[in-house]
Amino acid sequence: MSENYLKKYPTKEGFYKEYGGAFLPPALEEEMKKITDAYFAISKSHNFISELRSIRKHYQGRPTPVYYCNRLSEKYGGRIYLKREDLNHSGAHKLNHCMGEALLARYLGKKKLIAETGAGQHGVALATAAAYFGLECEIHMGEVDIAKEHPNVVRMEILGAKVVPVSKGLKTLKEAVDSAFEAYLKDPVNTIYCIGSVVGPHPFPMMVRDFQHVVGVEAREQFQDMTGELPDSVVACVGGGSNAMGIFSGFIDDEEVALYGVEPGGRSMKTGDHAATMMKGKPGIIHGFKCYLLQDEDGNPSPVYSIASGLDYPGVGPEHSMLKDIGRVNYDMVTDKEAIDAFFELSRLEGIIPALESAHAVAYALKLAQKDPRKSVLVNLSGRGDKDIDFVVENYGKQYGIE
Amino acid sequence: MNKLTNVFNHNSNLLSIYFTAGFPNADSTLHVLKALEQGGTDFVEVGIPYSDPLADGPVIQNSSSRALANGMSLKMLFDQLKELKNTVNIPVILMGYLNPILKFGIESFIENCRQVGVSGLIIPDLPYEIYLEKYQTLFEQNNISNIFLITPQTGEERIRKLDRASTSFLYMVSSAAVTGVRDGLSESQIQYFERIKNMQLKTPAMVGFGISNHKTYREVCRYAHGAIVGSAFIKHLETHGDDASEIIKFVKNLKNN
Ligand SMILES: Cc1ncc(COP(=O)(O)O)c(C=O)c1O
Repeated sequence: MSENYLKKYPTKEGFYKEYGGAFLPPALEEEMKKITDAYFAISKSHNFISELRSIRKHYQGRPTPVYYCNRLSEKYGGRIYLKREDLNHSGAHKLNHCMGEALLARYLGKKKLIAETGAGQHGVALATAAAYFGLECEIHMGEVDIAKEHPNVVRMEILGAKVVPVSKGLKTLKEAVDSAFEAYLKDPVNTIYCIGSVVGPHPFPMMVRDFQHVVGVEAREQFQDMTGELPDSVVACVGGGSNAMGIFSGFIDDEEVALYGVEPGGRSMKTGDHAATMMKGKPGIIHGFKCYLLQDEDGNPSPVYSIASGLDYPGVGPEHSMLKDIGRVNYDMVTDKEAIDAFFELSRLEGIIPALESAHAVAYALKLAQKDPRKSVLVNLSGRGDKDIDFVVENYGKQYGIE
Repeated sequence: MNKLTNVFNHNSNLLSIYFTAGFPNADSTLHVLKALEQGGTDFVEVGIPYSDPLADGPVIQNSSSRALANGMSLKMLFDQLKELKNTVNIPVILMGYLNPILKFGIESFIENCRQVGVSGLIIPDLPYEIYLEKYQTLFEQNNISNIFLITPQTGEERIRKLDRASTSFLYMVSSAAVTGVRDGLSESQIQYFERIKNMQLKTPAMVGFGISNHKTYREVCRYAHGAIVGSAFIKHLETHGDDASEIIKFVKNLKNN
């Protein structure tokens, strides 16, 4: 990997080799150009940087710790460490980019933040940011996810956000994105779309990565402090890929560190039973950007599924698509079953209930640890699992001794 | 010469109508085209259904979902359009999003367009710069006109560029929003139309998005070469189906009141 990877990608037009860009109807294209210009002008100003740093420290509670999993490592071998984004305020890494996006919105004089959410974590984080800055907030969420992630819906409402149910198609993340774009286009002057991952048209994948970069920077320093070396591998789950880009970006120029992105293998490899975009997809365009895409032979996005609502998206970040092609990151997958096992293992061996999304990364780390017990693996524990407990107990409780 | 260019050279107050291929039924496409011509439509835009459009309002989105459920695809559309030249004389444009076209293969897509007699394309999510860099030659070699969209936010410099690159007409989106039915013109829309008119572009312009009746059609014609009606016609198809006499009545009402 060449030095200064982060300066090299994306290009001025938002491309990561052939991926990314902004494939948009003109009305949206022009709004994105405005946001790009504003982002470059504002985010590099001293005031913006120091305000964001102060927020990170005093409001979010950063830096989040890196934690060594004693009992888990003992059982599975290797040395397993967690970057504790579950301890980030509001319970997931999502607040890292939401505070950045909302701060940008305030600089731009926007009145309202609009976004989609899958698991509800991005929605909760954005509602949190909106409350902090005194902005309105409207979150679009598929009806299936609303039912599954009920606690997060309640949290968003308590925080003062409006939750808009989406009843089209499969009623999950992809349709929520469609609906949020539509709402945004009705009033692009007063509102801003705050996308929930490193996806969407330029500048979103770059902006969200930049705001998540703090995770990787902290983790690298903390890991070295703790162990005197760099981890052998870094593992993160990949839905759109924001938590993964956050932690990977801290290690991307360290060639000796292997990076693993974990996709949801769902319940089988049949179309509609998984969301393993990079394993099974082909390059295509969705929601205004080019990436690996699960699509049918006519170019319509395929139905997707995962036990983790935050991972079931038929596309993936353009930067991940490039990192796959150039071989810097290894992408693999973990099934629903393996993720649930890891969910209980981490809960019962370490007293940490992970989000189902993050449980995918934990499951993969356990595999790596078993394969090579002499090595160290750092997992981005992107969120806590409170939102998932009812769903897990109802569907899997019995198998794990909960009546 | 391209059929579409010809229409613009010889007429003003043009009426163009949009509908989604395969809606309301899989085999409606040619029926609807024929009835639209009989009613007096000057040219037609046929939409290629796509599941996740970023520029269509609920009415058109709904027609796309139904068309997809009817099994409509580019392959099926080109099969149907084999009879296009034997069915209508008016120019036909296809409108579709980029991904289905890329998946089909853009070269064979353009080749198919030429063979069946499609005159132009509107691909709302194909950026102008990428068109220039990658596809302009291909379009021109096949005599397919690429139609650019402009919005109230498009700056003058860019409009001039698009004007120079256009071979048929510019599509003026009448407000910076998604498609849908609106009633009457607003003050800001009129200002926008006047601004474009005063630029004295070489390329004729059509106003689309939000035109639903004779009155707005005529009003728009004061500022532009004509109007494009979409959602209002889709709504008509929703209520009346693809019955030819109803379609003819709809077009006549729009055009002549
Ligand atoms: C805890 C957690 N991790 C991961 C994700 C997936 O998003 P990304 O791949 O952008 O990190 C989500 C999404 O909702 C989440 O809530």
